[in-house]
Amino acid sequence: MSVLSYIEAIQLAMKEEMERDEKVFILGEDVGKRGGVFRATDGLYEQFGEKRVIDTPLAESAIVGVGIGAAMYGMIPIAEIQFADFILPAVNQIISEAAKLRYRSNNDWSSPITIRAPYGGGVHGALYHSQSMEAIFANQPGLKIVMPSSPRDAKGLLKAAIRDPDPVLFFEHKRAYRLLKEEVPETDELIPIGKANLVREGSDITVISYGLMLHYVKEIANELATEKEIDVHVLDLRTVYPLDQAAIIQAAKQTGKVLLVTEDNKEGSIISEVSAIIAEHCLFDLDAPIQRLAGPDVPAMPYAPTLEKEFMVNKDKIKQAMIDLALF
Amino acid sequence: MTIKTMTMPQLGESVTEGTISQWLIKAGDKIEQYQPVLEVMTDKVNAEVPALYSGTIVKLLAEEDETVNVGTPIFEIKVDSGHTEDHDHEVDVQEHDRAKKSQTQKSESMKQRYSPAVLTLAQEHQIDLSKLRGTGLAGRITRKDVLNYLNNENNQVVESIENESIIQAKTTQQPVPPVAVNREIPVTGIRKAIATNMVRAKTEIPHAWMMIEVDVTNLVAYRNAEKDKFREEEGYNLSYFAFFLNAVAKALKEFPELNSSWQDDKIIQHKEINLSIAVGNETELYVPVIHNVDEKSIKGIAKSVHQLAHKAKHNQLTQADMEGGTFTVNNTGTFGSVQSMGVINYPQAAILQVESIVKKPVIINDMFAARDMVNLCLSLDHRILDGVICGRFMSHVKNILENISGDTTPIY
Repeated sequence: MSVLSYIEAIQLAMKEEMERDEKVFILGEDVGKRGGVFRATDGLYEQFGEKRVIDTPLAESAIVGVGIGAAMYGMIPIAEIQFADFILPAVNQIISEAAKLRYRSNNDWSSPITIRAPYGGGVHGALYHSQSMEAIFANQPGLKIVMPSSPRDAKGLLKAAIRDPDPVLFFEHKRAYRLLKEEVPETDELIPIGKANLVREGSDITVISYGLMLHYVKEIANELATEKEIDVHVLDLRTVYPLDQAAIIQAAKQTGKVLLVTEDNKEGSIISEVSAIIAEHCLFDLDAPIQRLAGPDVPAMPYAPTLEKEFMVNKDKIKQAMIDLALF
Repeated sequence: MTIKTMTMPQLGESVTEGTISQWLIKAGDKIEQYQPVLEVMTDKVNAEVPALYSGTIVKLLAEEDETVNVGTPIFEIKVDSGHTEDHDHEVDVQEHDRAKKSQTQKSESMKQRYSPAVLTLAQEHQIDLSKLRGTGLAGRITRKDVLNYLNNENNQVVESIENESIIQAKTTQQPVPPVAVNREIPVTGIRKAIATNMVRAKTEIPHAWMMIEVDVTNLVAYRNAEKDKFREEEGYNLSYFAFFLNAVAKALKEFPELNSSWQDDKIIQHKEINLSIAVGNETELYVPVIHNVDEKSIKGIAKSVHQLAHKAKHNQLTQADMEGGTFTVNNTGTFGSVQSMGVINYPQAAILQVESIVKKPVIINDMFAARDMVNLCLSLDHRILDGVICGRFMSHVKNILENISGDTTPIY
């Protein structure tokens, strides 16, 4: 075992998968010689050559479209969208083609593509380098959306995504890239897609989240355990679409007090769906109104540091929300 | 010398007004501090209100029987000099107390707001939530409070809940693992109603008892021949019980004395034959009624029994289903009983218990024969009925049952 950062874990997952199966290849902007703007594909061009690590033009629709075509012919593409904010030109390819291909062709064709994209704010990225895009794709059956919250999860989930026979959107928090470090097993660990992860068991409140926010939740849960004797039950969604309903229901019933946290704008977010699942199944187990902590419903993350701080869900806000719910 | 105005005090947390029931003083009286000056009646309490100052009453500002709001001036008093400062202090203290009171009142505002989780637990474990103290926001009882209460229930006397210090100790304590002691189940709802009715029936009615043995070999053969076809066509069972109800209804028509009830030194003989039948689920017993059984075919009776049993099982019985019974037939045989003494369903005159049908050796024409035998047990109200009439009734039931066949008792 060695300590890896979140981005190193992602790089290693791709490297191992490319070594395992020569059908796996990468395409995207600056992924080749440059090794990716965040260095996610660092060294892969050198190791696997220009035919398996392909620099593309600045055209997201083409990156995904070419990937889908290659996937239909038996290749296993990993398409990188440089920032999740720029995935929108590829939405038609992702939703209309990749997600529906197997269904539309009556199982004759499929599209085992993995689309990686860095998302999230708090990095002074302003409007076009800070957004959370998962909710846009989260009602498209045929698509899976994975959002890891730790280096170990990132590696295991990315490897599972690459081997998944259908399209997977893989959102990586760009602030997590170098912020999060942990021991990652050197084994070929696969973490199942579609299953949530019970991170911490507790009896006072249940917090459900994903991505970078989950990391914050974990840290605060530890703080609260020692500072205030608040015992927090934490569930990491890992896959935000389709949701692991059974795990969500079980976690909600555990304490009857549920806080849902996302960095995305509140209305219509992933956690709104989580809230609906709990409302449908857990009425008689609820001890408090389901709480959602999310970004405000304004168009995008501002650039000014003060406003960015105001917009961004941070540890202080999460902590306060958790204490409030525990005291309710 | 200063003149102070005294106002209607708040005599309870949610009290907003009070009615002056009696003045204990009048203008010109000289009074001492803390001396009762008036009696006030509110919807919560009836209390004497003491004077806050020593001095002379100047004027009463409200009349007896007048209802005034809290805070309204009710009399003026000329305060003795030298005490003034003290008294000002007094007022402060009082106001301070009042403020404190309203604060605690505010902080208890969520005490009776129960979450679904709390209500579910309270219902499951029959907890009286008013005995719990909430640790949540504004005194709210949280799910965890209930769980802690359940964990500690066996070790804590309920009354100690009132004791605040114990409560506080409790909430900070780790939940104590429940000790194996007897489980206490509060008697509520249906169980309480059953208990009350049984005590009343058993203490008020002088019960007498008799039993006859009936040869139902023919009935068994007839029913066995028809039951599969019936089930296929109708979708529910052709039960023996339907035949017994039919026979009882016919016999009651013949002996209306048994179809009666004792009501305040009168015996009411009922025209309708409405049979109460006992149906139970795991924990409760219901006695729903099939109306006008004498007008129903075997199929009609079987259907009614089926419907009522279904309703009882799913807690769907309504008050209407339970009303109007004139005689009760209890199917004790279903749980294997061969003999039992039923308690009369008050205020009816009798109850008939149908026991298990058992194959027995019986002597017929000096030869042994294997016959299907059943005991019918009758409990009767000896105020209304005597042995002779009941004996005849039972013989009649026996006669009907022993002669059942497709000709005498068509199913449809």
